[in-house]
Amino acid sequence: MPQNYVPIFLFVAVVAIAIPATLMIGKLVRPNNPEKAKLMPYECGIDPVDNARGRYTVRFYIVAILFVVFDVETIFLFPWAVQYRALGLFGLVEMLVFLAILIVGYVWIWKKGALEWV
Amino acid sequence: MPTSFFTGTDYALSLPMILLSLFGLGVLIIDLMLPAEWKRWNAITALIGLGFSTAAVMRIQLGHFADGRPLVGSFAYLSNVGGQVVGSVLMDGFSIYFFYLFLLGAAIAILMSAHYLEIEHEHHGEFYALILFSVVGMMCMASGYDLVLLFIGLELMAISTYVLVGFLRRDKRSNEAALKYLLLGAFSSGIFAYGLSLLYGLSGSTNLQVIAQALQRHYSANPKDPIAIVAMITTATGLLFKVAAVPFHQWAPDAYEGAPTSVTGYMSVAVKSAAWAMLLRIFLWGLYPLRPVYLPLLVFVSVATMTVGNFAALSQNNLKRLLAYSSISHVGYMLLGLIASDNITNKTGIQGILVYLLVYTFMNLGAFAVVTSLRRRDIIGDEIDDIAGLYSKAPTEAVLMLLFLLSLAGIPPLAGFYGKYFIFLSLIQTQHYVLASLAVLYAVLGLYYYMRIGSAMFMRPATDPEPVAISPGMQVALAVTAIGTVGIGILPEFFIRAAGWSLGIQQAGTSLLGFLR
Repeated sequence: MPQNYVPIFLFVAVVAIAIPATLMIGKLVRPNNPEKAKLMPYECGIDPVDNARGRYTVRFYIVAILFVVFDVETIFLFPWAVQYRALGLFGLVEMLVFLAILIVGYVWIWKKGALEWV
Repeated sequence: MPTSFFTGTDYALSLPMILLSLFGLGVLIIDLMLPAEWKRWNAITALIGLGFSTAAVMRIQLGHFADGRPLVGSFAYLSNVGGQVVGSVLMDGFSIYFFYLFLLGAAIAILMSAHYLEIEHEHHGEFYALILFSVVGMMCMASGYDLVLLFIGLELMAISTYVLVGFLRRDKRSNEAALKYLLLGAFSSGIFAYGLSLLYGLSGSTNLQVIAQALQRHYSANPKDPIAIVAMITTATGLLFKVAAVPFHQWAPDAYEGAPTSVTGYMSVAVKSAAWAMLLRIFLWGLYPLRPVYLPLLVFVSVATMTVGNFAALSQNNLKRLLAYSSISHVGYMLLGLIASDNITNKTGIQGILVYLLVYTFMNLGAFAVVTSLRRRDIIGDEIDDIAGLYSKAPTEAVLMLLFLLSLAGIPPLAGFYGKYFIFLSLIQTQHYVLASLAVLYAVLGLYYYMRIGSAMFMRPATDPEPVAISPGMQVALAVTAIGTVGIGILPEFFIRAAGWSLGIQQAGTSLLGFLR
């Protein structure tokens, strides 16, 4: 149905008008007073341009991966919590199985020393 | 909302997978407590797990499957299509046949691995846990009747295999192989998932049976519907990648060469069988209405696969690469079986593929077992030069290797002959004479590169005099594969019946339950 696309075109048109308009009005209103730190992409003191072959410790990756694993665990827990009554005992047992598998993994990474920052 | 999500049938059907997962987790935990010199117990624990799982498969086969009708497992998902209940799992003879095949391949691979990993100084319990987890994934692939379960099984198997390929952490080749395999595997899984999403869009369901019915309506209304064709091609691309068919084969030689040799053997049989199980399940069950569309594609792919596999194998000097290309060419032969028979009017080709995968498990794992045993502290042992003069050093091993190679080439008294025989028979039954002649010619070409290894073993002098040491586990693996290769060759009837039973072919003189009673 082509008419279903009308809201999308409206949306595109609003975006195409609103964004240039805000930028333009902002440019007219704000004081223009540039300096070196203000012109950097990130105004937080980190040098934006650096050697591409710079090294940092591989442990960051391990921590990041472990974070993702337990993050996803929570993502699975939320819908179960919302539908707790509907899923009943089956849902509870299933979630305990899921958590048990994750706990085995947790014990494993703990004992392997992946959590130690040495 | 159904009152019960996971019924008793579901429990019985998933018991093999549950047991394997429990043992896999158990191996991970037990490994933490074992001192370094006791790591062999991990292999034994994993083998016990495979044994329990086999018992659970037998329980399904004998207890729940006695009347020969396929069992439908809901796995928390049931829907009613035209008065017929369809679920996520279809436990028929096909699934059970493949379950046994995976368990067999994993058991032989574990027997091959223990000593090899000690030599590599990488003997960790995670290896066995990953093998068990990958078998769970394979079982989902063979019995899955729902796109979601099939895809989860595929990913579980593939991710375990990526890690196994890179298991030799200190070896750059192993790391490179794992990275290539991971990137290409993830890419192909993406294409495959895209195809599945289109199939879902066309049918509104993830169940293969509903998809088949929707495609049937679609195809009879509009045979050239581009969406259905794109869905079929993208799904087929993902599947053909997983079985390493040309033009999606490039990952195979690199991944096979870099992986630990026992893992290469495991990948070339069990992982490949699982990919075949899923390919047959999708092509013959879900995509069956599109058969006139995918047939020309398969003819092209299988001829290209046989050509590239056989010609590229001619010039290889690395044993693992050579066997990788030979396994690509075997995929070409198997695809011919899928071209010839559709599992409804003619079942010979599909039966041939199943027999082929079984004999391939024995003969290829046997060949890889011999290559694995060449590894010593100071020699990688995967070049043809390393196997030279094997007959003067270890005559038994050299003779066994010759048996495996002759069987791979398809010489009659050995098992490999029956795999090819049924494929060619189905081609002739369905009047594909050109394809049959081509396949026979390529089979002759195969003999040359297998016999290059043979002549190096028997005719050339050994490059170094050090004897080959064979561990007890390896002896068992070699014995099992040799007995399988020769045994199926001499007494093929039982195994052919088993393959026929798994497809529900009525056989004269036997009960429907075929091969166990």
